[in-house]
Amino acid sequence: MEYSDKVLDHFSNPRNVGEIPDADGVGEVGSPACGDIMKMYIKVKDGKIADVKFKTFGCGAAIATSSMATELIKGKPLEEALKLTNKAVVEALEGLPPVKIHCSVLAEQAIKAAISDYYTRLGIDPLPIVGPIQDTHCHA
Amino acid sequence: MSMERFVYADNAATTPVSEIVLNAMLPYFREEYGNASSIYRKGRNAAKAIRLAREKVAKGIGARPEEIFFTSGGSEADNWAIKGVVQALAKKGKKHIITSAFEHHAVLHVCESLEKEGIDVTYLSVGPLGIVKPQDVAAAIREDTALVTIMYANNEIGTIQPIAEIGKICREKGVLFHTDAVQALGNVEIDVVAQNIDLLSMSGHKIHAPKGIGALYIRKGIRIPNLIHGGGQEGGHRAGTENVPSIVGLGVAVEEAVKDIEQRAAKTRKMRERLIDGILQIPRTRLNGDREHRLPGNVNVSFEGVEGESLLLKLDLKGIAASSGSACTSGSLDPSHVLLAIGLEPEVAHGSLRLTINDLTTDEDVDYILEVLPGVVEELRAMSPLWEKIVKGEHQ
Repeated sequence: MEYSDKVLDHFSNPRNVGEIPDADGVGEVGSPACGDIMKMYIKVKDGKIADVKFKTFGCGAAIATSSMATELIKGKPLEEALKLTNKAVVEALEGLPPVKIHCSVLAEQAIKAAISDYYTRLGIDPLPIVGPIQDTHCHA
Repeated sequence: MSMERFVYADNAATTPVSEIVLNAMLPYFREEYGNASSIYRKGRNAAKAIRLAREKVAKGIGARPEEIFFTSGGSEADNWAIKGVVQALAKKGKKHIITSAFEHHAVLHVCESLEKEGIDVTYLSVGPLGIVKPQDVAAAIREDTALVTIMYANNEIGTIQPIAEIGKICREKGVLFHTDAVQALGNVEIDVVAQNIDLLSMSGHKIHAPKGIGALYIRKGIRIPNLIHGGGQEGGHRAGTENVPSIVGLGVAVEEAVKDIEQRAAKTRKMRERLIDGILQIPRTRLNGDREHRLPGNVNVSFEGVEGESLLLKLDLKGIAASSGSACTSGSLDPSHVLLAIGLEPEVAHGSLRLTINDLTTDEDVDYILEVLPGVVEELRAMSPLWEKIVKGEHQ
């Protein structure tokens, strides 16, 4: 299996690891049986992602995509963060092996789940804004 | 501690070619390059080298030279043995195979492909310790059973199977018995006669021969269809100009592998026990597979809340080469079928680590692994939401 230098860099020095105790939104996707869980914490200020942290249980690609995804949305307006695609994460990481593409989908969905939670806490229905959170399936 | 430190703990995946094997092989590349089928001296020298190698391989497992057929490796030997026996016996109405749930994919996937052709396959369960019960084999044998194929030792968890007992049962019931001995060869004493083995697969690169060479032992009198039709090499059973250097390498490698097995195993086992004891100090860690009936160099453990591949990458950054499950499964998203077969939950199976050492491993290597591993597990757990749940008691 070949990982790009960028993936290895984000795996060995992941950015934004940790928790935000007073987060405005928390999203978790994946399942233990599938071998990957991503949990994203966001702090929102003036409609922007003021801070973002993640915790991930998963393979090298899962950790690297979480790290890259948080980097890509940090400081961005919510609408922009919602536009982040898994493809953009893969490109920023200079590619992923085909069997690991689902990790980038997971990262994209984790961000959406955190933003969804943010709107829910505000009493706003997130569905029209964020859309449905994709349930990623595995064979387990 | 230097950054250059490298510990190879993945000998079940492959081994480096040893010096003695390499030196034995070298003349057959540029000096004794003759085709073994040729009549002149260079051809005769090649033929002689093959004959001597065949004798060495045969001796290593208590077989006769004419019962050894060189192949490209273990997978080819497994494929040939199982498909061959089935093809030969299906005509006589024998359309049933007995195997175990945790065989190597070179056996399992062959069985699955045969199922699609109408062959009935029984996959015996291996219990929580990863050992096939001989009485289960006996109970599964039917009138139409063509073959029992049970691995000698498991490649992931290293458990050694009761091969002699299974062999005895099969012989008494008149059923052919094949064993994939790829992991066992050189680690345990193999005697195909005493253990009633009819067919046995072996691989060179697990015992310091090169990749791409192996052999199938077929007991004299057993007839299975030829694998490759062509120029009549390997008694006409597997044609193609012989890979002389690799065959020579396999001969020497088998000879070396079966030398002083007990002594080398004892040395390796001592280091392995220290590794297991040390690793089990890490909280919420379990050893997979029976500890006693186990290959001397195999350690397979699961760390809750940690995913195996990220663990391997972290270890790699520290200069430790190991594996999670089998090298063939990393890259797939499914957890190891072996670990699921011994009853592990998928998430625990995902967090497994296999370290396979041998007598070339040093005490310093063991120290280094024990020094590095706890910190790496802790690092990954610190960022794992699953671990968080486990600690809080929210998971299971």
